[in-house]
Amino acid sequence: MKVLRDLFFPLIAVACAFLVGALIVLLVGDSPVETYRLLLGSAFSWPDGIGYTLFFATPLIFTGLAVAVALRGGLLNIGAEGQLYVAAFATAWTGITFANLPAVLLVPLCCIAGLGGGAMWAAIPGILKARFGSHEVINTIMLNFVAVALVGYLTQYHYRMPGDPIMETGLIGAGAHIPRLGAFIPGLPARIPLNAAFLLALLSCWLVYVLLWKTKWGYEIRATGQNPAAAEYGGVSIRKEVVLTMAISGALAGMVGINEVLGYRYRYYDGFSDNYGFTGIAVALLGRNHPFGVIVAALLFAVLQRGGVPVDAFTQLVSKDIVLILQALVILFVAAEAAFRKGGRGKGEGGSRGKGEGERGKGEGERGKSGKI
Amino acid sequence: MKLELRGITKRFGAVLANDHLDITIPSGTIHAIVGENGAGKSTAMRIAYGFYTADSGEILVNGQARDIRAPRDAIALGIGMVHQHFMLVRPMTVTENIVLGAEPGSAWSLDLRKAAASIRALSEEFKLAVDPDAVVEDLSVGQQQRVELLKALYRRAELLILDEPTAVLTPQEVEEFFAILRRMRGQGKTVIIITHKLSEVLAISDDVTVMRDGRVVGNLRTSETNAAELARLMVGRDVLLRVEKRPAKAGATVLSVRGLSIAGRDGGRRLDNVSFGVCAGEIVGVAGVEGNGQTELIEALAGLLPESQVSGAISFGGRDIRQLSARRRREAGIAHVPEDRHRRGLLLEFSLSENVILGVHYRAPAVSGLGSVLLDEPAIQRRAELVIREFDVRPPNASLPARALSGGNQQKLIIGREFELPPALLLISQPTRGVDIGAIEFIHRKIVALRDAGCAVLLVSAELEEVTALADRLLVLHNGRVAGEVDPVRATHEQIGLLMTGGHL
Amino acid sequence: MRSILTLSLVFSTIRLATPLVWAAIGGLYSERAGVINIALEGLMLAGAFTAAAVTFYTHSPWAGIGAAMMAAAFFALLLAVVCIRFKANEVVAGTGINILFLGLPAVLSGALFLSSGSTPQIPRDELLPVLSQLLPVATQWRVLTDVSVLSLLALLVVALTSYVLYRTPFGLRLRSVGENPEAADAAGIRVNRIRYAGVILSGVLAGVGGAYLSIGQSSLFTRNMTAGRGFIALAALIFGKWRPVQTLLACVLFGFADALTIQMQGVVKLPSGEDVPVQFIQMIPYIVTIVVLAGFIGQSRAPGALGVPYDKES
Repeated sequence: MKVLRDLFFPLIAVACAFLVGALIVLLVGDSPVETYRLLLGSAFSWPDGIGYTLFFATPLIFTGLAVAVALRGGLLNIGAEGQLYVAAFATAWTGITFANLPAVLLVPLCCIAGLGGGAMWAAIPGILKARFGSHEVINTIMLNFVAVALVGYLTQYHYRMPGDPIMETGLIGAGAHIPRLGAFIPGLPARIPLNAAFLLALLSCWLVYVLLWKTKWGYEIRATGQNPAAAEYGGVSIRKEVVLTMAISGALAGMVGINEVLGYRYRYYDGFSDNYGFTGIAVALLGRNHPFGVIVAALLFAVLQRGGVPVDAFTQLVSKDIVLILQALVILFVAAEAAFRKGGRGKGEGGSRGKGEGERGKGEGERGKSGKI
Repeated sequence: MKLELRGITKRFGAVLANDHLDITIPSGTIHAIVGENGAGKSTAMRIAYGFYTADSGEILVNGQARDIRAPRDAIALGIGMVHQHFMLVRPMTVTENIVLGAEPGSAWSLDLRKAAASIRALSEEFKLAVDPDAVVEDLSVGQQQRVELLKALYRRAELLILDEPTAVLTPQEVEEFFAILRRMRGQGKTVIIITHKLSEVLAISDDVTVMRDGRVVGNLRTSETNAAELARLMVGRDVLLRVEKRPAKAGATVLSVRGLSIAGRDGGRRLDNVSFGVCAGEIVGVAGVEGNGQTELIEALAGLLPESQVSGAISFGGRDIRQLSARRRREAGIAHVPEDRHRRGLLLEFSLSENVILGVHYRAPAVSGLGSVLLDEPAIQRRAELVIREFDVRPPNASLPARALSGGNQQKLIIGREFELPPALLLISQPTRGVDIGAIEFIHRKIVALRDAGCAVLLVSAELEEVTALADRLLVLHNGRVAGEVDPVRATHEQIGLLMTGGHL
Repeated sequence: MRSILTLSLVFSTIRLATPLVWAAIGGLYSERAGVINIALEGLMLAGAFTAAAVTFYTHSPWAGIGAAMMAAAFFALLLAVVCIRFKANEVVAGTGINILFLGLPAVLSGALFLSSGSTPQIPRDELLPVLSQLLPVATQWRVLTDVSVLSLLALLVVALTSYVLYRTPFGLRLRSVGENPEAADAAGIRVNRIRYAGVILSGVLAGVGGAYLSIGQSSLFTRNMTAGRGFIALAALIFGKWRPVQTLLACVLFGFADALTIQMQGVVKLPSGEDVPVQFIQMIPYIVTIVVLAGFIGQSRAPGALGVPYDKES
């Protein structure tokens, strides 16, 4: 029954979001039917539609997993955007600095740099929360701005090729490239950027599933997210969990760099992210913070992203920002589903802790160091 | 004011909390409503106060049917309620709390001086001494209760509903409280008290209504009944009011606490220079009104308080465990049944199986395989089934979420989990709070059995009856200090009550 | 150093603090009532966009402000419904509103002005006036009254809020609802109604703060022009312990830090003699926010029921 409800509500949320989106399009003066036709239609052609959709889905799976894991741990990671930028730059830097290494060493090295960069950038708000109690929402958002500035600085002043007007670094070594899927799938040309990172994304989903539900570490993360007081009672160090969960989340977000730098542009290109970090929030929520749900939700948003281009091009008034609006609506509708859930908040929803129902112990809610915002 | 409930029915989801209740409360009396936890007494009174709306049935005030949809309506009719957990806004003053919702002055300006004057007058009239300018947070529990009573009286309540009013009072305070109630009755007010303490029912009430499983099973004149009959009506069978227990065979000292002090957030001491010991095979009880350091004591012993707050020596089995984390203490054999099972004891959304391994989830048998990382689901399932069977947890389905269980069954699960460690020392706090009588008997028997098996038990309880029945030795805590140690069999409740308030024997 | 600490720094601080004050005080009404308002950023954007668009069409900044208040109030109501009626996680819902305003202004401006996110430039005389334009002031004093009307009104709002919160029944009820909604309910107060009021008020005020950005401090709306100010306002609110005057001071502090970094640009140089890269200057307000939050939150006591939807039957 629960599975049915787990499928049902997201569908309703998406339907409602699309409905309101249609109203907005009408308000703006364009045709909803036409807009949605363009938005949804271009994703299914072969090879371009499907190829690009799966390519767009890859970073969304990573950021969706990042936000989902954080939420399972009771944390809301809005900083995936900053984390993926830092990670992507780290990946590119490794690929440039060690360009002469053979692929068998360079690729893993670049991946580690990416994961490490993302993990580290996310660990900062984790430590701030663990040590000072300051809320991760504000800190991650602040760090997004800092990350963009930092990486922008490094690109502009240190890693840009002389004479290149575009804000991008030089190319990474050939050994760092990961193959396009076009090399293995007949009918899929190599120009389509869908690459091995997509497979890595699927693998990550499975690994996250195993981590969260089959290992003791995942048990501790979920317990902390569900009820930190009880987790602490059970011997879990909450401070350690917060930092660990944020680090894992950041590492997952950081994998976006693998797709972008090692599989697509082969360099760091400033501003490459099309709001992947924020979309990840919608993906995680729609996928109910479950890795397999994340895949489905990521595909949906990838379809929308793919459709954004023709919407921009072919409609008079609507721009591809309608996709952002649809995402926001999905978030709102999914969040509103809480009203239909019996008792308390559902599993894995971070942000604030409600009081348990029934017995009201002496719990006074959390003050001071809990970082209320 | 005469209050009648006719045919009141209320359902919460699958639970039928009130089933066609008929209760009549005559004017100018003190009327007790008793029943086990979950019998529906609080629900019925919350309906009378407008907190909930009944699914069907009617409420009659002085013979007239009234529509009470919100506390506003009840207040307008002259019904006041003092809840079990006080409804006070802690950072605000007494005056602000009392006038909240009925503020004197205009919409643009609050006249707090006028309010304070009225409160002083009321305070005089009913002998409820309280400082109108004090901040509620700084008041003692007894004083806070007086503020709650004044709140109702300020709104001109003619009928007062009191939900478990003596839960937080010492025996002496209970006597003072009863005097207040008698004064109110003398002034023509009607008082309803919801309680599960039969001794108090017999002491103070004129009539008593007994509820069980959402139904009224008895309406009696208090003078015509006794504790045994009331208990039987409450449970539906004969009840053993006192657990049977052989004398303890105490062995070696397992836990030794010397000069334990715990610093509070505001600089004061929550626990002040406490020393005692617990031997294997004995139950040491800790009595005291809540808030006198018991919570902190147990949490410090379990390893849940930050090191910086704790000073003094704690040794277990001869070694100093001050530096050990909660995890290591559990590994060493210290089990902990927390006082707030929803906050500390359970992960409500997790299944019973997942809850059963809380605290041991990182080691065998919960994990197995490479590097002891993967959870061993069959082993976990087996353990869960064992606990469920041994501790009569119902419904006996290990994959249900913990929130689906009643309070008593949740408590049994936690106790089962901790008893299965098996522990050398059990820290157990408020073991039967919010638990129905049947489960209470079971839990008491299990605690005694654990003691007989050689475990050392430190039992904290605010229920005097419970702690005097179970303990072999009894400490009384007051203001963070050990006020005294008494023989639980011989000491009277009055003597213990005296210690609880800081007096001396 | 001397060249930095000038009168212009004071005015710069006032200018930069003003939107923060409006947004933070708005947030105060919501959070004191117990509803976390993460959407200040989005609400400010709503106000900024609406003010710019409406002022452009009506040539009146006052109409712009009025419209901004209404628009932001509308979205605040949406947030309130989702959080109060539907008991959504307030942080998630607020984030949704913020993301909505990453996209909505762009779509609307695309439709209205055929642009990719900005509104057209508004002529100088149609923007929000500064004091010197309203009062007859002799020329030599003019520079001292180069303060926006909204900056002065902000001070008024702070004073008013202080009064309302502590001296009126509404304020008493608002505080009780945020600390202990059950107690307020038991006292006969309509908890959710007050919470709605708090959230809508936060929209109105945050909307004004946003309007200031587009038609007071600049002359048009650009995409995401708040650049995180809504979150900085929230940090100021926390730093100010959810009290009006202290929040004002916190906003002034943040405004000052911002002003200082702007003054430093071009003035402070690296040891090599080159300018400090602009990105480092840009980072400073955000880092300041992080540091302030980390340093002071331990001493901040939030409203007791902040973030907990009130559910009577639970």
